[in-house]
Amino acid sequence: MTLLGKLSWSAIPFDQPIVMGATAMMVLVIAFVLGWVTLKGYVPYLWSEWITSVDHKRIGVMYIILALIMLLRGFADAIMMRAQQAIAVGGAQGYLPPEHFDQIFSAHGTIMIFFMAMPFVIGLMNFVVPLQLGVRDMAFPTLNSVALGLTASGILLTNISLAVGEFAKAGWVAYPPLSELQFSPGVGVDYYLWALQISGVGTLMTGINFVATILKTRSPGMSYMRMPVFCWTALASNLLIVAAFPVLTATFAMLLLDRYLGFHFFTIDGQGNAMMYVNLFWVWGHPEVYILILPAFGVFSEVVSTFSGKPLFGYRSMVAATMVICVLSFVVWLHHFFTMGASANVNGFFGIMTMIIAVPTGVKVFNWLFTMYGGRIRFTVPILWSLGFMVTFVIGGMTGVLMAVPPADFQLHNSLFLVAHFHNVIIGGVVFGVLAGYNYWFPKAFGFRLDERWGVASFWCWLIGFYLAFMPLYVLGLMGMTRRMQHYDVVSWQPWLLAAAAGVAVILAGIVCQVIQLVVSVRNRELLRVAADPWNGRTLEWTTASPPPAWNFALLPQVSSVDAYWLKKQRALTHQAPAAQEREYAPIEVPRNSAAGFSIAFFAVISGFALIWHIWWMAGIGGLGVLLTILVFAFREEEEIKIPVEEIAGFDRTHQAEVAV
Amino acid sequence: MNVNVALIDDVSPETRPIASEAGPAPKRVVVAYGFWIFLLSDIVMFAALFAAYAVLAQATAGGPSGAQLFNQVSVAIETACLLASSYTCGLMSLAVGSQRRFRTYLAAVATFALGAAFLTLELREFAGMIAVGAAPQRSAFLSAFFTLVGCHGLHVTVGLIWLAVMMLQIAVKGFRATVERRLLCFSLFWHALDIIWVWLFTVVYLMGGLS
Repeated sequence: MTLLGKLSWSAIPFDQPIVMGATAMMVLVIAFVLGWVTLKGYVPYLWSEWITSVDHKRIGVMYIILALIMLLRGFADAIMMRAQQAIAVGGAQGYLPPEHFDQIFSAHGTIMIFFMAMPFVIGLMNFVVPLQLGVRDMAFPTLNSVALGLTASGILLTNISLAVGEFAKAGWVAYPPLSELQFSPGVGVDYYLWALQISGVGTLMTGINFVATILKTRSPGMSYMRMPVFCWTALASNLLIVAAFPVLTATFAMLLLDRYLGFHFFTIDGQGNAMMYVNLFWVWGHPEVYILILPAFGVFSEVVSTFSGKPLFGYRSMVAATMVICVLSFVVWLHHFFTMGASANVNGFFGIMTMIIAVPTGVKVFNWLFTMYGGRIRFTVPILWSLGFMVTFVIGGMTGVLMAVPPADFQLHNSLFLVAHFHNVIIGGVVFGVLAGYNYWFPKAFGFRLDERWGVASFWCWLIGFYLAFMPLYVLGLMGMTRRMQHYDVVSWQPWLLAAAAGVAVILAGIVCQVIQLVVSVRNRELLRVAADPWNGRTLEWTTASPPPAWNFALLPQVSSVDAYWLKKQRALTHQAPAAQEREYAPIEVPRNSAAGFSIAFFAVISGFALIWHIWWMAGIGGLGVLLTILVFAFREEEEIKIPVEEIAGFDRTHQAEVAV
Repeated sequence: MNVNVALIDDVSPETRPIASEAGPAPKRVVVAYGFWIFLLSDIVMFAALFAAYAVLAQATAGGPSGAQLFNQVSVAIETACLLASSYTCGLMSLAVGSQRRFRTYLAAVATFALGAAFLTLELREFAGMIAVGAAPQRSAFLSAFFTLVGCHGLHVTVGLIWLAVMMLQIAVKGFRATVERRLLCFSLFWHALDIIWVWLFTVVYLMGGLS
């Protein structure tokens, strides 16, 4: 036993040029960004205004920045896989050896689900939900900052695996017995497990925080049936987080005990039961897909209603459908492994439940269509994403219902048909949704719009690229190609894989357009400057300034209907309401910034890295650091700072005057 | 959180007595509610461990079974300690409510002592089992047993540390609002551990003793 556990110079893959190139690139980019920030003297600003901030808007923006960076990372993996499968036919082995290819598909899935989709969705909810509820912050602002820190820790650990050691080769689901020590003796699975354990704790904190925020802190008058649909979907999503993530934590804890202490939960010997892992994993995993898609449904509801200039059709049925999905999502998990060998009755039950859960989703699609029907639709970027979603998601949903039939699933299980299906719903649903939300709320966050033309170009590239990349995979699945193949012998598959590779190139063009859109918009921000309500919105976030002040609302709005802001605007038109009545302000207490989130994240990374490499003393130091941080936080004296009346009044009078004009 | 309201719509204050329209709840309610949600999530985690135990309860791989290993007398004393500690924890909440410092310390010391006694007995049970070759590495059943019971024991340990810190907080900061909220959360936590133990006692020790 050495001081550094299993860690040695051989952990760094000097002999693999592709890995070393990617590592050098990553290190260079990080060094460049850090150097630039330091040279420009931005460090104190970043520290006091962002890293230690407990403001839900800042935290939301930071989540989305993480998600966008991880989108690039995960997409780089996708390009490599498509390129490999486009050429590795017949005797050819392509350019990726099996052990590297296996790491890439494992990392792609892990990163895209946990570190792209989750932070993006959580970031949007963070930014929007308190504003839509008409309140000043989340229920637990510092916990929110800690949750962000832990998510970032998981991301960092996953990316460290690129340079030091290896990542998991057992797929993003890490099924045992393959993921057990016997068959995966390296550190790859440990990177996977610790990164997800740490970020999973953060996600659980987020879930608790949102449930408490939505159920206990809403603006006066906002009863449940007056909440914007996005808040409803956020509530459903976070209830699912609270109910599902602890199962993942327990499951990973069992696998860790197997790997570290020789337990026998899922091992072949000692009468372990590997199928139990698969069951437990999907008890979390199926709710997880609804954790991701429900907030996206919420975004589409807001976008469709706003840009059709109409209230959402069937608000009550939308709420009901959301909550029905929330409950049913816990009784469909077995459809992920119909081939396990459960009895026909068990498979039949889960097949039928899976078909039933498609019904509320269908209700939602009809509601969006009827909302647009007869509306005066403005074809902005967010609604383009919404329209693309409606077509694409319905196709993906139907292939899902097809696979819900167990006999069909026996043919399609583990084939590229399945891969096409879940990309169809996750890209067509979640990614389109978060990109719609990104374009929709960006002006609220920064006070200027995103460039329209580059946004439209990005949308079309994504849409066309998606169909080109994934429709061939449906065909390949029906032709019998299984997923995760490093090379194959069937020559007739290759044309379809070449088409898929071309599709990925088109999606790449879409991502490039997005980057250009951001750069162009930042450069032209003075031209794109907007006031509080750029889209003629309907909900409370559009009443406050863009970007909103730290306290969100000088006075908490009084709500008397769904679409609270729309009603207010209508009344102002008909009644010629008295302009900016004399408002009485009071000082507002906002929570003090805290370095606790950063500190806990820092020590969590140390602990996680140490545990992965069996450096026990260092793991102890990390744990001690977390404990000390909590103690220091618990004993701090001032918890809130008071913003004086003059500052609030000054800001709000200017804002009211702007709105009146 | 302050709730000065802009009466921008024509709703008079008398017409909104409904709880769901009352605006943000007081901080004490929000904190306790959030902690309840956490406890629910914790119970979900235990549910997964219970499920694993139920699946693996017969998977002894030729090793010892629960009926051969469990000592009902020791477990009965453990249970008595934990239930009594819940009672003293309740006394502590009453003392905190009336802001009596000495009674609070007294009840806290009793709770701590009972919790520590529980933990000692549990560790002795574990040590005894490992000594006769019934370590968690022996079979899937024993892995599940040690994980489920050990996870509860870990929670009790965290609870004891938390309780000690809270006593320090009362000594340093007195009964201020933050400290009282944390004590409220602690008592919720401690009672929740009792609920889990009742399940554990039933599923692991009683049903395991029968078979």
